[in-house]
Order: sequence, then structure tokens, then C-alpha cells
Amino acid sequence: MVPVTYYLVLSAILFTIGVAAFIFKRNIITIFMSIELMLNAVNLSFVAFANMHHNLDGHIFVFFVMVVAAAEAAVGLAIIISVFRTRETLNVDRVNLLKL
Amino acid sequence: MMTNELQYLSILPELILTIFGMLIMVLDPLMADRASRKPMGWLAFVGTLAALGATFYQGTHPVAGTAFFGMVRTDAFSIFFHVVVIVIAALAILSSLDYLETQGIRSGEYYGLILLGTVGMGLLSSAMELVMLFIALEISSISTYILAGYRRRVAASAESSIKYFLLGSFATAFFLYGVALIYGATGSTNITAISQALHNNHISSLTYLALVLMFVGMGFKVAVTPFHVWTPDVYEGAPAPVVALMSTGPKAAAFALMLRVLFGSFGELSQWWLPLIWISAALSMTIGNVGALLQNNVKRMLAYSSIAHAGYLLVAFAAGQDMGIAAAIFYTATYAAMNVGAFAVVSHFASRGERYVSIDDYAGLGRRSPVLAITLTIFMLSLIGIPLTGGFFAKFYVFSAALKSNLVWLTIIGLVNSAIAAYYYLRLIVVMYMKEGDDSVTLVPVPVATAAALLIAAGLTIYLGVMPGGVLGYALLGAQDLMR
Amino acid sequence: MADNQLAPYLPILMQLLIAAGIGTGMIVLSAILGQRKYSRMKMQAYECGMTPTGDAQHRFSVKFYLVAMLFILFDVEAIFLIPWAVVYRDLLKIPGAGLFGFWEMMVYIGIVLVGFFYVWKKGVLDWNTPELSEGPNE
Repeated sequence: MVPVTYYLVLSAILFTIGVAAFIFKRNIITIFMSIELMLNAVNLSFVAFANMHHNLDGHIFVFFVMVVAAAEAAVGLAIIISVFRTRETLNVDRVNLLKL
Repeated sequence: MMTNELQYLSILPELILTIFGMLIMVLDPLMADRASRKPMGWLAFVGTLAALGATFYQGTHPVAGTAFFGMVRTDAFSIFFHVVVIVIAALAILSSLDYLETQGIRSGEYYGLILLGTVGMGLLSSAMELVMLFIALEISSISTYILAGYRRRVAASAESSIKYFLLGSFATAFFLYGVALIYGATGSTNITAISQALHNNHISSLTYLALVLMFVGMGFKVAVTPFHVWTPDVYEGAPAPVVALMSTGPKAAAFALMLRVLFGSFGELSQWWLPLIWISAALSMTIGNVGALLQNNVKRMLAYSSIAHAGYLLVAFAAGQDMGIAAAIFYTATYAAMNVGAFAVVSHFASRGERYVSIDDYAGLGRRSPVLAITLTIFMLSLIGIPLTGGFFAKFYVFSAALKSNLVWLTIIGLVNSAIAAYYYLRLIVVMYMKEGDDSVTLVPVPVATAAALLIAAGLTIYLGVMPGGVLGYALLGAQDLMR
Repeated sequence: MADNQLAPYLPILMQLLIAAGIGTGMIVLSAILGQRKYSRMKMQAYECGMTPTGDAQHRFSVKFYLVAMLFILFDVEAIFLIPWAVVYRDLLKIPGAGLFGFWEMMVYIGIVLVGFFYVWKKGVLDWNTPELSEGPNE
């Protein structure tokens, strides 16, 4: 069997890629996808740990994370559409009406 | 296991709010497109009243204990926060009723979202399982993401919503990763079980990483430095009554979550997370107050002020013990009362399209609308922490708890900051009373619903400032329940 | 040791190799052996057997997004039904619980149905409406 550390390292790498993409990408959809990547990296950790501990808590957590991520995706895309309608752009650098 | 009927009692407020929220979802599409959605608002208000009643029922009847296989726990702590968030929701609904009419938004879902969001906030204070906490956190967050973008035709509102959404989900992912790691380290997602596992077993390095990641996630949610950058933008763009809600409700709930996680699960590691809290508190107070000094937009100023207040709250966290936690709980209640009130004034005054939100627009308000000016003055004085207002005792308890725990430097930083803060709050009062007004700023009479919201908020602020004993006593009970 | 840990995955590796081999083999063979007759029809983009219409680069109506989104939401909500269905018989055996598990799921389905009712009444499922009722905002 593949040891649990492999999964954890993969999960950590995916999570880091997600964080990096969140910070460096300029398109809102891509940023949004990087968040999904982070959530799925976490899911991988949960499943790996659940397997390690031989209990189901991790699996159940993954179910809920998936459903919540879907709800978040629905809301997120709706918000992105409303941004696009008002601004005609999806570049975060140009969505800058409110100063940061 | 309790009998099923008693189990439902432990989530009674949430059940009521959910039923009312869904009722609104069913009724709203059946209404004519052009019909005013005020009836929906009143229905939602009735829902919050019913939920408040249910919470009082929980408080006076022996329903305390865990239910649903240890998922939720009803105790003084959860009841206190339930009252806080439900009252916030009720006041936000009251101040939204006429605001939405003014802005020309005809949407019943708005009220449904407030109610459903409140379900999440309530559950955050009673959940004992990290799964439950995560879901509750998301229920409250997702509702507020949508609410922030409710002025759909306005670019600023959509932008506020997207910023809130992206950074909020980012924070959630961090929190979740922390949860995954602590699950890996202890093999459980139950708050109490985690605490026991950390007490009995060797603490692995994963635990520390989990703690840091969860702290980052929670830091974003309560908007403390260095995770505060989204706050001013989001508060500026979001509709004013929504800011009234989201600067207090989800924040109070996120503080409940933080208390539960830090003291409930990670109490063993307090030596280790104390410095994090210390630094975060000092930075939040300083950056919040200095940032607020530079603002000319009232919503932005109050956003920075909310960062500063989150900092004061963290001082109470750092103080720890029963007294510190009680001070933190008391602070959330007081801050909620005064901030909701302040934003209720802002939402009324902003007028159509939120035109009047700069500090200069408030010039001459003292003469033109004495009632509005006096209520706003009460909230500002309370935010400063002047005696006879709730803000005074909130700060007093926080700093005396901090001194008791020998956090002398943090107390000094806090007091210096309170002095700085007085400047910008007073500036608004000075502008209202001392400067001649510009009559181009239209001012409509205060509608009944808004007046009621203002009256309740001002009443609560003064009540907490004159007779804080009862509320503090209950907060202390809550703190003891939390530490148990 | 790494070889031993990954040993159970050897069949998967072999399958990957065989699949890749067959795929490339077929393309290479047909490139070498096949006759080439170009026609206008043949050079068109392949679109599941339909005659292609227009360019692939144009924007889609936002209605498609809504339907896709609703599909995902209702689809994902169904994942809770599966574990429930798997352990349903065991739920009945919990002492004192009775039909608790059954009614809990009915409540859940009821809530999903409320969502469905809302979507339906809001007219999101109507394909023919030119623009979704945006509400008379601002």
C-alpha cells in the first residue's frame, strides 16, 4: 500500500498550488478555481487520514465539503456574472472601484 | 441519548428561523413582480421574534446538554450568542425594510437570506463538532456573500461581494485544512475529544500547523490584522443594512467559534497561541484606529473601527480565564448593539443610491434632525467608550481582565488606541453639531421601522452602560460553560 | 521498499501502457496504411455527428449557466441519499430511534423540494422567456 505520507504530501502540494494561484492569477474565474483546488486538496487529506485512523469521520467531512463547495460555486459564479455585467471585465486589477 | 423531542428543543431557534426562511422562499415567487416586499420583511421579523422566544425558552427550561450524538450543545454560552445574533438579525431586518424601498430593490429573498444566515451564526455558537462548525460557518458566510452584492446594478456592490466571496472562501479553505490536520493528529473532529486527545497524548507537530491554519481562517472571518484587508472595501460597497448585519452577526458568531476552538479544543496549547493573539490584537487596534483616522467615508471609517474593535476583543482572548472570556462575550454583545445602531443611522441617511455616505454630508444634522443626531451621538460615544454607555463597560472589563493576567503592555497599547479612536468618532459628532449643513443633502423623516431599530439599539447600548451586571453575569456563566 | 509499496498498482500501470499503445498504434497504422480522400464534409469540426453551426468561440447565453448550476446543486445534494440508503436498514435497528432516520431524510428532501419549487416558480426552468425576470431593481 501507498503510505499515508504520500497522500499528505500530494495534498499539501495541491493546496500550495491553490494558494499560489489565488495570489498570482489575475482572472477571477481562475482565482475561483484555485479555491476549489484548495478545497479538494483538503478533501484528499481527509480521506487519507480517515483511512489511517480507520474511522468514517473524514469521509463524512468530505461529503459535506463537496456539497458546500458546490453551493459556494453556485453563489460565486452568480457573483462573478454580476461583476461582469457591471464592469465588463474579469481582471481583478481592473475591478478596483473600491481602493484596496 | 435524550429523547427525540428534547433534541429538537436544543436547535429550536434554528428550526424556527429555517421554517420562516423557507416560508419566505415559497411565498416570494408567488407575489406579483411589482408588489412591495415589505410583508416579507415583517414576516422575517416575526420569525426572529419567535426564534428569540425559543432561545428564552431554552434559557429558562432545562434543555441544556448535548444533542444529536454530540453535535450541538445548549448551554449559557450558546444561548447568549443566540440572543446576540438573533437581535442583530431583527434590527438589520427593521432597518432594511425602508432602505430596500428607497433603493428600489423588491426582493423577499433578502429577508430569507438574513434568516438563513442567522441559522448559521446561531449554530456556530452551539456546535460541538468541527463538521457542524464548518457547515454553520459556511451557511452564515454564503448568505452574507450574496447579501453584500444585493445592489446588483451598482458596480461597487458587486465588487464588494466578489472580494468578500473570494477572500472568505480562501479563509474557509485554510480553516478546513487546519481541521483536516487536527483530525489527522487526534483522530477526531469533536471539540471535547480533541481537547482530551491533546491532553493525554503526545502533541505532534501537525497539531501546531493545524492551529496556525485554523487561526488564519478564523482571523479572516473576524477581520483582525493581518487578515483584515478585505474589510474596508467590502463594507464600503455592500448595502448599509447588510453591513450592519455582517459587521456584527457573522463576526460575533466567528468569535464564538474562535472561543470554542481555542479554549475548547486547544486549551492545552494556550502558551503557544497566546503570542499569536497578542500580536494580532496589538496590530488590529493600531492599524484599525490609524486607518479610521484617514477616512472620509462613514462606512469605511466604521469598517476600520470594526477592525480596531476586533483587536480589543482579542485582548480579552489573550487575558483568558473565566473573566477574560466573559469580557469577550460581553464585548461582542455591546459592540453588536452600538454598531448595528450606527449602521441603521447610516442606512437611513444614505438615501437613494447611497449618495450620502461621506462625513461632510452629516454637517448640520444636529439642527436638521435632532433625533437622528442624538442617536448617532449615543452610538459614537459608546464606540469611544464613554461612561454610561455600553462601550465603557465593555472596554473596562476587557482591560481589567487583561491587567489581571499581567498583560500590561497590551493594556497600554489598548488605552492609547482608545484615545486615538476618540478623535475620529468625535469628528463625526463635531461635524453634526458644529458645522453648518448643506441643504442639498435631502433628509426624509425617519420611518417607523427604522425608528424602532434605532430605539432598540440605543436602548440596549444605554442599558448595557447603566446596568451591565445582569448581562455580565450571564456572560460569566457562558464562560464557565465554555471552559467546562 | 518503494517497489513493494507500489506493487499492487502494477496492473494499473500495465493497463495505462496497453491503452496508450493501442491508441497510438491505431493512429500510426491508419496514417501509414489508410487512403486519404479529403472532402469538405470531412474537414469540418466534429460535433457529435451534428452539422456544426457557427464558431465555437462565441458567448453562450447566461441561461445555460443557470441550468448547469442548478444541475450541479441538485446533483450534489443527492450524494447524501446514497450513504443514507446504504445504512438505512441499520438505522431502523438503533434502539429507541424508530423511524427517526427515515423522517430526517424526508425533512432533507423536503428542503431540497422547497428549493426546487422556488427555482420553478421564479421561471428559471422556462427556456422560452427572452430574459429572466431580473426584478425591477434600481
